[in-house]
Amino acid sequence: MRELTGAAAAAGPALAALDRRARWRPAELVFWAAALSPFVLFPAYLQLASQIAIAALFALSLDLILGYAGVVSLGHAAFFGIGAYCAGLLSKYAWGEPVSGLLVSALLAGLAGYAVSFVIAGFRHLALIMITLGLGLLLQEAANSASWLTGGADGLQGIDIRPVLGLFKFDLYGRTAYGYALAVLFLLFLLARRVIQSPFGLSLRGIRENAVRMPAIGAPTRRRIRKIFTMAAAMAGAAGALLAQTTSTVSLEALSFQRSADVLVILILGGAGRLYGGIVGALIYMVARDRFSGLNPQYWYFWIGLLLVLVVVLLPNGILGGLRRLSAWRLRPAS
Amino acid sequence: MSELTSAAGEAAGAASGNRPPAPAGVPAGRAAALTAQGLRKHFGSLQVARDISFHLPVGARFALIGPNGAGKTTLINLLTGMLRPESGRIFLGRDDVTSVEPAVRVKRGLVRTFQINALFPDLAPLEAVALAVCERKGSAGAFWRPLPAYRDELEEAYALLQSVHLAEDCLRPTRELAYGQQRLLEMALALATRPRVLLLDEPAAGVPRDESSALFAAIAALPDDITVLFIEHDMSLVFRFASRIIVMVAGGILMEGSPAEIAGDAQVRELYLGKGGHV
Repeated sequence: MRELTGAAAAAGPALAALDRRARWRPAELVFWAAALSPFVLFPAYLQLASQIAIAALFALSLDLILGYAGVVSLGHAAFFGIGAYCAGLLSKYAWGEPVSGLLVSALLAGLAGYAVSFVIAGFRHLALIMITLGLGLLLQEAANSASWLTGGADGLQGIDIRPVLGLFKFDLYGRTAYGYALAVLFLLFLLARRVIQSPFGLSLRGIRENAVRMPAIGAPTRRRIRKIFTMAAAMAGAAGALLAQTTSTVSLEALSFQRSADVLVILILGGAGRLYGGIVGALIYMVARDRFSGLNPQYWYFWIGLLLVLVVVLLPNGILGGLRRLSAWRLRPAS
Repeated sequence: MSELTSAAGEAAGAASGNRPPAPAGVPAGRAAALTAQGLRKHFGSLQVARDISFHLPVGARFALIGPNGAGKTTLINLLTGMLRPESGRIFLGRDDVTSVEPAVRVKRGLVRTFQINALFPDLAPLEAVALAVCERKGSAGAFWRPLPAYRDELEEAYALLQSVHLAEDCLRPTRELAYGQQRLLEMALALATRPRVLLLDEPAAGVPRDESSALFAAIAALPDDITVLFIEHDMSLVFRFASRIIVMVAGGILMEGSPAEIAGDAQVRELYLGKGGHV
C-alpha cells in the first residue's frame, strides 16, 4: 500500500498523457466544421452529401466491430436493411415522425444484432466472413420473397416522412436530408467515441490485438463481442433508417451483398480502427463514385477497384493511417 | 499463513457456493492451493499427459522441469483450461475447476504467463495492465466513462509497471519494447489479476542471464500467499529459487522432491541433467 501511494504521484505525467490522447484535437473540430460547408459551398450537392453522411455512419458502425474488436463481417448490410425497412414500414403503416422512427429502427436492428451475436461470437476470420455473408444473403432472399410486406424487387413505395422535429420539411434540394443525416451521424459519432475510449473500448482493442490472451487476464471475450456487435447493428440500423427516411424509398439493394462489400471497401479505404476512417472513406468513395460514374456509368467500379488496390498496397492502414504516418514523418526532427 | 489459507478457502467456497471437503490425496495439515488428480490427454497417438497428479501447497515455489517435449506447457494448458483433459480433475483450493472456463479460472486466481510473449502489440503497457486491472475489478465492461476517469485502476497499473521497471516506457506501443521488457510486461499482466496461483511458463526465456536472475528474485519475493509453479530450463535458477521440483518425462511425472533429492537422484541425472546441457 505504501508503494502504491508513492507511485500515485509518479503516475501523474503518464495519466496526464493518457488524458491528452482522449481529448478533442483541433483537426477534429475543423473536420466537423468543414462538414457544415456543403450548405454554403455546394448547395447543389446536398443530396450527395446526405448519402455520404449515411455511408459514413454505416462505415462507422462496421468500424466498431472490425476496426476495434477485429470482428470481420461481410453481411453488415443485414442490419442496415433491417433499419431501412423498419423505418419505411413504420412511416407507411404507422406513423411518419422521423426521429422516433429512427430510434425504433435502430432498436430493432440492435435486437437482430443481439440475436446474431450469439452465433458469431465464437468465430473468427474466414468462418466469420462466411457466417455473416450467409446471414446477409439469407435475409435478402427473405425480404425478396416477402414481397407483400417489402414490395420485393419493386422496392417499398409510399413512404411519407413528416418534418424533422415538426420543423424541417424534407425538401427537393436535400437541405433537410443532409442536416438530419449529419446531426444523426455526429451524435452517434460522439457515442462511438465515448464507447471506444472507455475500458470496454480498451477491452475490444485487446480482443483485436490478441484474442487468445484475453481469457488469460480474465476477460469474458464472447460477452464483449456480443455487446459491441449489438451496438454496431443498432448503429447500422440507424444508417439504414436514415436512407429510407431521406430518400422515401427502400429497395432490396439496402440488404444486398453489394452494400456489405461497399461498406467494407469504404472502411478499408479510409482506415479501420480510427473512428474517422469510415467517414473519410465514405467521402472519397461516394465522391469518386459520383465522378467516375459520370465519366462512364458502366465501368466505374474499375476505378474503385484500382483505388482499393492502390490504397491497400501503399497505405496498409488506409488513407488516415497514411496521413498519420506522413505527419509523424514531417514532425520528426531532421537527423 | 493459516489465516491466509482459510481466507483463500473461504473465498473459493463463496465463489462456488459450497464448501466441499479437500480433494483426496492431499496430505492433511498443509492446504493445497492447486491440485491435479489423474490428468490425461493425448494428441493422436501421442500421450502428452499420463495420469498426472500433484498438489501445490499454499505459498509454495515449485519448479517444473523436464526435457523438451515432456509436456510441461501442455500441463499448464490443462491446468488453466486452455486444453480440456480427457480424464482427471483440477482443484483450485477446495473447488473443482475442471470444467470452469479459462477466464473464470483467472478471476478465481489461477493465472499463467506464456513462454512466447503473448501480448497486445498495439496497446501501450499502461493500457494493457490497466485493462487487466479493470477486468479484475469488473469495470472492463463499462462503456460510458473514458479510461482516464478510472484513476485508481490506472494508478495501480502504473505502480505494477514501476515494480517491473517499465514505468518509463509505459505509453509506448508494446511492439516497440525490447524483448526482455516484454517478458516483464508478461509478469505485470499476470500480477495485475491478483493471482493466488501463478503458473509461469519459462518466464525468463530469451532474457540475458543477469536479468533472468533478477526476474527470478522478483518472483521469489512475491507475497507468500501467492503459490508459484514455474517452468525453467536453467538448473542454477531452478535450484536457487524452487522449494520443490517436479520432473516430467514423456507426458508423465517422473518424480517430485526437494532440490537436494532431485539433484541426488540417479535416474533424473541420467534422463535429464546428465545430458549435460544445463548444469
